[in-house]
Amino acid sequence: MTTTTQDTTEGRTHPSLAVELTGLTRVYGSVKALDGLTLHIEPGEMVALLGPSGCGKTTALRILAGLDEATTGSVSVGGRDLTGVSANKRDMGMVFQAYSLFPHLTVLDNVAFGLKLRGESAATRRARASEMLELVGLSEHRDKYASQLSGGQQQRVALARALAIRPSVLLLDEPLSALDAKVRVQLREEIRRVQQEVGTTTLFVTHDQEEALAVADRVGVMNQGRLEQLAAPADLYTHPATPFVAGFVGLHNKVTAHVDGDTADVLGSRVPVLEGSIASGTGVAMVRPESVTVTADPEGRATVVSVEFLGPFSRVHLTAAGTALVAQMSSSQARSLVAGEPVGVTIEPSGVLVVQEQPAG
Amino acid sequence: MTRRTPLSRTVRWVVLALFAVFFVFPLYAMADFSTRNLIQGGRTLAAWKNLVRDDQLYSAITISLALAAFTVVVMLAVLVPTMIWVRLRAPWAKGMVEFLCLLPLTIPALVVVVGLRGVYEWVTYFFGESTLTLTFVYVVLVLPYAYRSIDAALSAIDLQTLSEAARSLGAGWATTIARVVVPNIWSGILSAAFISIAVVLGEYTIASLSGYQNLQVVIVQIGKTDGTTSVAASLATLLFGFALLLLLSLFTRGHRRGPGTNHVAQATVVAPAPAPAPAPAPLATAQPGAAAS
Repeated sequence: MTTTTQDTTEGRTHPSLAVELTGLTRVYGSVKALDGLTLHIEPGEMVALLGPSGCGKTTALRILAGLDEATTGSVSVGGRDLTGVSANKRDMGMVFQAYSLFPHLTVLDNVAFGLKLRGESAATRRARASEMLELVGLSEHRDKYASQLSGGQQQRVALARALAIRPSVLLLDEPLSALDAKVRVQLREEIRRVQQEVGTTTLFVTHDQEEALAVADRVGVMNQGRLEQLAAPADLYTHPATPFVAGFVGLHNKVTAHVDGDTADVLGSRVPVLEGSIASGTGVAMVRPESVTVTADPEGRATVVSVEFLGPFSRVHLTAAGTALVAQMSSSQARSLVAGEPVGVTIEPSGVLVVQEQPAG
Repeated sequence: MTRRTPLSRTVRWVVLALFAVFFVFPLYAMADFSTRNLIQGGRTLAAWKNLVRDDQLYSAITISLALAAFTVVVMLAVLVPTMIWVRLRAPWAKGMVEFLCLLPLTIPALVVVVGLRGVYEWVTYFFGESTLTLTFVYVVLVLPYAYRSIDAALSAIDLQTLSEAARSLGAGWATTIARVVVPNIWSGILSAAFISIAVVLGEYTIASLSGYQNLQVVIVQIGKTDGTTSVAASLATLLFGFALLLLLSLFTRGHRRGPGTNHVAQATVVAPAPAPAPAPAPLATAQPGAAAS
């Protein structure tokens, strides 16, 4: 249980501790925000909790931070049970969705705040805060106030402030949601770089699947207070365990399929089925848009409805055998397709998940 | 478009001059009267010297200043943590707290005095017959003004996120309030404090009806025998109030360097500042009668 990959006794390096959430339940009145969440995070690992709003991901993070209390279940970090330990004694660095820099303090004083509370000397505080500001590339802004910084800069300062205390765990609560798209991509790469540099165990909560897949070592997809699947980004994408996961990690087509042993017949293509699929009979196959190949074919059974140009790639909306279908391809390939014309459709023989027909997903 | 034409500039000066006359003339009249030697003619500062020489007046001044200080301290100690707590932990109670804090505005002073008689039997039992026990009534009396100022300041910051950030960095509740919340609602706290001082220094009715001798009560009493001294004391109180308001606007305007979110705080917090203007009024209105006798 207790795993410490770096020496923490000197307080010089960042600790890397395992995080254990066991059977966490949180009930608000009649609403079950968390329903038996169990999650193990390896020392130094970055796990992203992904899910729609209200799925319980933020509740889980706040319980780990000590800002909320679990109805049942326990939290431990590095083997130490944290149940009943208040937020200010948990040593966790946290970056919030809302801008959280203290408006009355300069950037440097913000970063040094946690160290001041720990009774570090002025010189130590200054050195450590400067080091952290350098890590996030904001050294030249040290004497500014939060209101003089852009949103992206404020979140980077917040990250530096959270890391300055050498936290046992770094908690990121949708830190990029308030930023515009371009800054969001830049900053998530920066968060990843910084996290790998300091090696702190990190829990990252987001509703953006691209963000989760891009930064995390493992991604946990949550739905209605439960963890549906926890896997490496690539595995999650190629081997979704449930229709919800399949739907959430990519825009998925739902196509009628006939399963027969290890393969299924999907729109005339034979495709291997993934674990968790129905054993035999008719079901719904979850097909990724990039697995759908469209060829110009006057005899084809599918019809192009529209072509959506998205820069380097395009999304082609089709109807095939009465089902709406979305295909994704490079824009150069999509150029020859014209709305209303018949085309041929084949499904790439990568594994698909075939499930019982059901309304939800 | 925004350039001032000579006409608008003239209008501006005329309006300013009218206001200056309106405000300054009564003050000038008070200054003139309080320095007159009514018996031998000419000028004398005897009335002003009485502020410290007359034992009754001097002790009333110190008592009123002490009352103002105690009221501010107790009000802040009660109100600031309560309001922060309500916002963070008991948002359902916000409406009730607001209602309770604004309630004193609607209750006439006479009703307050009659209503408090029973309570004050116990207060005097525990604290003695001191005028300083008026602190308890005055804390209630200043609640509406103080609540408004502090509420505006709290609304201008993201209290929940800031306090959670402070707590995650290792601050307990007391540290969070003292080092993170208070510095960011400082202008609201100053405004609440100064307004409270102005209200307490101008309070006559409750003290008089309860038989206590605060500054206003003594001014009226002295006015019956010594007009110039009572006018000097009134003018001194007024000038003290103006100085406080001036300080308040200087503090809230010049204190913060960081622009942006703080401006919101300042704008909303400075707004209630004119509220005490009516507060010193009782002394001004108490004056003519006093001076005339």
